[in-house]
Amino acid sequence: MTAGETKHPGLNLGSTDAQAHEAAGSALFGFWAFLMSDAVIFALLFATYGVMLPATAGGPTPASEYKIGPTFLETLVLLTSSLTYGLASIAMKHGAAQASIQTWLGLTLALGLLFLGLELHDFAGMIAHGATPMRSGFLSAFFALVPLHGLHVLAGSLWIVVMMAQLRIIGLDARVKINLLRLGLFWHFLDIIWIAIFSTVYLPGLIP
Amino acid sequence: MSERRDDPRREARGYVLGYAAALLLTSVAFALVRWPVLASTATYALVLALALIQIVVQFRCFLHIGLKRSTRDDLQLILFSSLIIALMVGGTLVILFNLRMRMM
Amino acid sequence: MSAPLLPALLGRFRWDALPFVRAWENPNANELIAAGAGALVVAGALFMVVLITRLGRWRWLWTEWLTSLDHKKIGIMYIVIALVMLARALIEANLMRLQQAVAIGNPGLVAPEHFAELFSTHGSIMIFFMAMPFLTGLINYLVPLQIGARDVAYPLLNAIGLWLTAAGAGLMMAPLVIGRFSTGGWSGYPPFTEIGFNPGVGPDYWIWAITLGSIASTLAGINIAVTIYKMRCPGMTLMRMPLFAWTSLCTAILMIFAMPPLTVATALLALDRYLDFHFFTNALGGNMMHYANLFWMFGHPEVYIVILPAFGIYSEVVSTFSSKELYGYNSLVIATMAIAVLSFTVWLHHFFTMGQSPSLNAVFGIATMAIGVPTGVKIYNWIWTMFRGEVRFTTPMCYALAFMMTFVLGGLTGIILAFPPLDYIVHNTLFLVAHFHNMLISGTLYGLLAAYTFWFPKAFGFRLDERWGKISCACWVIGFYLAFMPLYVLGAAGMARRTPAVMETAYRPWLYAAEVGALVLFCGFVALLVQLWVSLRNRAATRVFAGDPWDGRALEWSIAAPPPEYNFARLPQVDQRHWFFDAKRKGAPYAPPARYEDIQMPKNSAVAPIIGIASTAAGFALVWHMWWLAILGVLAVVATVITRSFARDTHRLIPASAVERMERTWLDAVARARPIPREMETTPANAGLAEVHP
Repeated sequence: MTAGETKHPGLNLGSTDAQAHEAAGSALFGFWAFLMSDAVIFALLFATYGVMLPATAGGPTPASEYKIGPTFLETLVLLTSSLTYGLASIAMKHGAAQASIQTWLGLTLALGLLFLGLELHDFAGMIAHGATPMRSGFLSAFFALVPLHGLHVLAGSLWIVVMMAQLRIIGLDARVKINLLRLGLFWHFLDIIWIAIFSTVYLPGLIP
Repeated sequence: MSERRDDPRREARGYVLGYAAALLLTSVAFALVRWPVLASTATYALVLALALIQIVVQFRCFLHIGLKRSTRDDLQLILFSSLIIALMVGGTLVILFNLRMRMM
Repeated sequence: MSAPLLPALLGRFRWDALPFVRAWENPNANELIAAGAGALVVAGALFMVVLITRLGRWRWLWTEWLTSLDHKKIGIMYIVIALVMLARALIEANLMRLQQAVAIGNPGLVAPEHFAELFSTHGSIMIFFMAMPFLTGLINYLVPLQIGARDVAYPLLNAIGLWLTAAGAGLMMAPLVIGRFSTGGWSGYPPFTEIGFNPGVGPDYWIWAITLGSIASTLAGINIAVTIYKMRCPGMTLMRMPLFAWTSLCTAILMIFAMPPLTVATALLALDRYLDFHFFTNALGGNMMHYANLFWMFGHPEVYIVILPAFGIYSEVVSTFSSKELYGYNSLVIATMAIAVLSFTVWLHHFFTMGQSPSLNAVFGIATMAIGVPTGVKIYNWIWTMFRGEVRFTTPMCYALAFMMTFVLGGLTGIILAFPPLDYIVHNTLFLVAHFHNMLISGTLYGLLAAYTFWFPKAFGFRLDERWGKISCACWVIGFYLAFMPLYVLGAAGMARRTPAVMETAYRPWLYAAEVGALVLFCGFVALLVQLWVSLRNRAATRVFAGDPWDGRALEWSIAAPPPEYNFARLPQVDQRHWFFDAKRKGAPYAPPARYEDIQMPKNSAVAPIIGIASTAAGFALVWHMWWLAILGVLAVVATVITRSFARDTHRLIPASAVERMERTWLDAVARARPIPREMETTPANAGLAEVHP
């Protein structure tokens, strides 16, 4: 197989690094398998949310708790971070200067942290007026699904920090490249999960 | 073919295009709920449809899922996962709503 | 020490958590049995420590085994865990049968709570810490050899999976010595396992042991699937793989997709118990039936996770010992795939009686019966494989034959249970217990034992004693029928499962028979140990270094026994399904490579043991609410992973000269070995070289 060929879904290294490109085939296939396993976990939490939606037990309801403005803003932030990560991947792939890769990664990290901050602010607001996960089955399901996505973003942010450190210390060797590709899949995957949360949890909860 | 794919400009354009499409789709869904003009079931259906389109767009533009023969293993994996997820989520909702109806 | 410090350090630990203290304060049969079990665990652990110290083997254990990333050693360690856990679960089974046999019209030996712990640990262990590690170990050992690879795709991940399994097994053993185990059965249904009804540590032990095992299995599944998809040797197309590799692939896929529902179920239950969420509680909108739904979404595919590899094993065994090509390879592959997909469509049959509409039950009943079709196809395939073959009744073959008879019987009772109106009658009775033991003992345990006997010479270089193997097999088969056929009768007569004592004297003869059966099953295990001992003593006479004692077909038989660390000096290049078998017929199966090359293998790593120990500590701390230790454990895992990601010097080279030396020794042994005819394969004449009939 020539290096130019597509080896896996995700950004391919192509002919820019033939050796790492070959190795990426099986490395990324395994990561896809992990992501799919993770997707099943999210899918089941979505299903749980659907099942528990009517179980408000006389407490807060979606309409009383969700706020459309902040959630829309969070969506925009996360979408933008997907774009910046994409640009980081392209910079990495085409051998751009370290500084430029680091900048894009740093930007992605900042957006990820901003997203987390906004989300935490939302949760704090909900908890402040009594919408805690202990209040009802519905809120339990909400607080299992949405913060799990947040935890993934936190893990992704930590991963970005580690990758930035590795870039500085080790440089762009094959393993760093492959891990940046993996991280890219992870980050874009989280974006997709968030779109599902935005469109099946927040928006429907606010439809009058 | 490979020459064209590996042009950094072109690749960046793919991401920007995906980003623009995602922004547009999200904003439409947001607007439909923020300033309701349709009946609620229609809005609901439309929001879900927009989400599905956006997921496909993101898979295409950010995750680069294609129909190439050489990535068939991965594609099979993703399609199989979709099947399993559909079975699990669909089954859960059918079973527990059926139970709920009979409990009321 | 000031007063508030101790609870902060030790959480909710109290002295009466120790069974020894309880037995001292209240010496009755129940507490003495618990203290005896605890003492046995402590004594066993101490004995091992003293033994290893006396032999001076700590360093060897650490460098050769515990830190090894060799897929073969990891596989063997998985199987060792499985055998230890099997011993415990079997003792518990015997205690339960003894209790039911004596507790007719009286309370019997153990208290009801203790009895509930027994069936909970027995079930959890047999599924998660016996069947799963055993088959994961076999797959680990065999699949790279069968597909012509030098290693698995992710060696370190493989070791981490092993150590997480060990951590889970450790948490299963801990309540024998500290605290108590769950009384909620292997499925842990809430609201019984909720904090309101079960405030003790038991369900928490169950939750964290199962969660660790579940994560380990997900990792193993990913690793196996990628290995099979991406590491096959040149020419090894999917349709040229041995059937065991196929069933391993399907099992791996099931692990990737079926373990998440379990992880979700136990995680949500943990949220309920630890943070007062309301997923499965009675109050505030909890929906306990959603737990049943989640659990069986895992639970049903799990049945096939543990049975499919056994199907692969039987395919290899039946074909080898019938001296015939496997009949209907393609249909077996298709049937395996069909079972794997269908297994995700039937989970509701585990709770037909939940109260959903009859039409929904009917849909799932039909889907359940549909699984019988591909399974039936397989049975016919094996029968046709034996037809007109030269069948040799070796131990693995005896297991395979016993399996075919027994499994079909179990399948028939399965069809009864798949029929909702009949299920309503026998649901939650011993009929069900008899049914799933009928499927799992013949379908899984016999398969695992057949594999153990069949591939043991490959792994250790000498054959197992045939006579003790047959004795053991006879015990497992006779014991099974004695122990479980009476349970069908009892179940049909209405005896509920998980009953610690009964008032109905008419049950007595059946319960006695079942108790004798359990004893015979235990003798089967003892015979296995005797067999191992006898074989070890006679190993000089039963060496099969040449590597092919049974005239095998797949690639694992084409190398030395035990195989060298790098498996293949030169990656094989195959052009058909029975490449090695055919090469033997053509006359040049052992051609040395033109030139030996350096081989790169992964270095040992302490990462996996550290993660294993840290997660055991974290799980234990969560059970006992020692928050500081839990946080420390989790941080240790994260820090280890991050540190490892910086490591670059992770491989070492085996120089070509060393490879050449090892290969030469083996090829010389092959040249010296006398080919033996198949009818003499269980005699000392068998040095691992088969006489070939073209």
